[in-house]
Amino acid sequence: MSATFVGMPAFPTAAREALGNAQQRRNLRHATHTIRDKRARVVAEVDDWEELRVAGAAIKDHVLTHLDTYLEQLEESLTRAGATVHWASDAAEANRIVVDLVRATGSQEVVKVKSMATQEIELNEALEAAGIDAWETDLAELIVQLGHDRPSHILVPAIHRNRAEIREIFLREMGAVGEPAPAGLTSEPRELAEAARTHLREKFLRAKVAISGANFAVAETGTLVVVESEGNGRMCLTLPETLISVVGIEKVLPTVADLEVMLQLLPRSSTGERMNPYTSMWTGVTPGDGPQDVHVVLLDNGRTSALADDLDRQALRCIRCSACLNVCPVYERVGGHAYGSVYPGPIGAVLNPLIRGTSSAVDKSLPYASSLCGACFDACPVRIQIPDLLVRLRTRVVDEKRGGLPSGEEIAMKGMAWVLGDADRLERAQKGSELGGRLLRRRTSLGRLPGPLSAWTDARDAPTPPEETFRTWWKRERG
Amino acid sequence: MSDATSGPTSAREAVLARVRAALAEATPADPPARAYGHGAAVADVPALFAERVADYRATVVRVAPSGVAVAVAEAIEGADSVVVPDGLPEEWLPAGLQVVHDESLDATALDRVAAVVTGSTVGIAVTGTIVLDHGPGQGRRALSLVPDLHVCVVREADLVADVPEAVSRLVGSVTAGRPLTWISGPSATSDIELERVEGVHGPRTLHVVLVGG
Ligand code: SF4
Repeated sequence: MSATFVGMPAFPTAAREALGNAQQRRNLRHATHTIRDKRARVVAEVDDWEELRVAGAAIKDHVLTHLDTYLEQLEESLTRAGATVHWASDAAEANRIVVDLVRATGSQEVVKVKSMATQEIELNEALEAAGIDAWETDLAELIVQLGHDRPSHILVPAIHRNRAEIREIFLREMGAVGEPAPAGLTSEPRELAEAARTHLREKFLRAKVAISGANFAVAETGTLVVVESEGNGRMCLTLPETLISVVGIEKVLPTVADLEVMLQLLPRSSTGERMNPYTSMWTGVTPGDGPQDVHVVLLDNGRTSALADDLDRQALRCIRCSACLNVCPVYERVGGHAYGSVYPGPIGAVLNPLIRGTSSAVDKSLPYASSLCGACFDACPVRIQIPDLLVRLRTRVVDEKRGGLPSGEEIAMKGMAWVLGDADRLERAQKGSELGGRLLRRRTSLGRLPGPLSAWTDARDAPTPPEETFRTWWKRERG
Repeated sequence: MSDATSGPTSAREAVLARVRAALAEATPADPPARAYGHGAAVADVPALFAERVADYRATVVRVAPSGVAVAVAEAIEGADSVVVPDGLPEEWLPAGLQVVHDESLDATALDRVAAVVTGSTVGIAVTGTIVLDHGPGQGRRALSLVPDLHVCVVREADLVADVPEAVSRLVGSVTAGRPLTWISGPSATSDIELERVEGVHGPRTLHVVLVGG
């Protein structure tokens, strides 16, 4: 099961830890630059890209300001097509619905298609608690799950792992949960993909229940759309008897014609391809083809909090393409884990505080996780003004703070800002923790930290600092 | 909505009430003005389609109607078993070829079949995409998914230039409740250090026979 984000340290702390991990930084830089270049090439091919962006934003704005109407229409269309519609106010409700549906089938396991919504509600943990095995079938999600790890990127969740690490994870973990990796497995991506194919094929062929999300849900027809690459999505959507799709309420589109915009914007922005290998569309139950027991769970979980304000609302246009992550100078340096959410990067810095509120340390600090350079807006296929939203959220965090006495957390945050704000101080602080790291090598965590930092570490153990900080490494390599 | 119990119904009412409350003061946005292109000006649609499909490392051969059976024979060479959907034109198959007819084979049985031959509904030149609506000659979705080699026959008459044109042609299938599968090259992943590997769970080989005339 993947680890959860509960109890994540605030952004400055998490970012500082990530900055110390040179391997992750190299992997990330390579990844973001590669995808960014591919995206730029395929976007440049499209003469009417700006018109498509404008239409994409307009479609979403129209839906969002008429969301009740379209949700009811979607429900009616789905029901007519033989699907059963469920509504969930929050994560707990959604998890309960899904667990009950799986239990009703008698199955002890489910296969899963990569889905941000189910990560957001921590469905795998809920299923595990109910004694149901949830198998992630997207290659990157499989790597994350077998590595007892957290995803770090929307599109390539295991981007922080290199091929040697993936080989080790496969050799060590696959056998415990199914078809083992072949003994002579090398770290060639082709062989690793083959090992995943064999490991998962067994699960696809016997699976009775699948769980998916959806990239889009068409109100006029009740059609759900899943965009993917590997074919694991097609397997899950086609072979099992029961299909349960957890769909955020902002995923609805009015008409089939709206797909002609989204299916141009999404693949080019996301993987930098003219089109992704596979897109599946299904409308309820198709007699004689695919799952005959089809459920859709419509999920709010805080989305309506971002809906009221005419400016905030645009965050709900997001189609999770990850283009803003790949162009972000902050994301490139700190990686996805520092954001403490399944939604990392610039959009995470906006979406998390908007839908979760700004009461936790991590959500308070996220609006500051940006240099406001504007690259995210330029890349965004639905023209979300991320920098504007970040500035507004910062104001909100500051206003909320004025309301009362400064908390230990705030003092600690000032300390973090001070440490991060100056290169020398950062280096000294990191040196300090690096020494600590050597002394405490055998421990996996530091326990309670002294001084203002204790406000965060009281509740949890801080991970042991890396033995070599990024700055030290940089000096050694380049200095 | 299906459950008559109060739980799901109240969740439904709660979500809709929150949506309505949030939108009470909202400025309603108009439906989109569709200023983007519909039907790109492509000089040679079949040529561009063939080129773009091949970009995904799929094999593309162009033949006259009389050449389909030969092209299919070449594509399935070496495959020890071939499944075909109902409604596939007889003349597309090599004479005397032993085929498995899809009589609702279960997934495990289908997994033992090496290749599948299907038709298609629409082909999109700009993106190199083939769309199946799983009507006659195309088979249920599992058929073109589980076998490792997918030979797909595409008629030039079914080609369009761009995505909006394709969606216009496909609206009828969707409204009729048919599932659609959009296929752009063989199954692929870039999850390991962003190195593209063709063939994970879907067919590892896609062989397209483009029929002219
Ligand atoms: S905010 Fe825009 S660029 Fe970022 S993931 Fe969402 S749609 Fe993509």
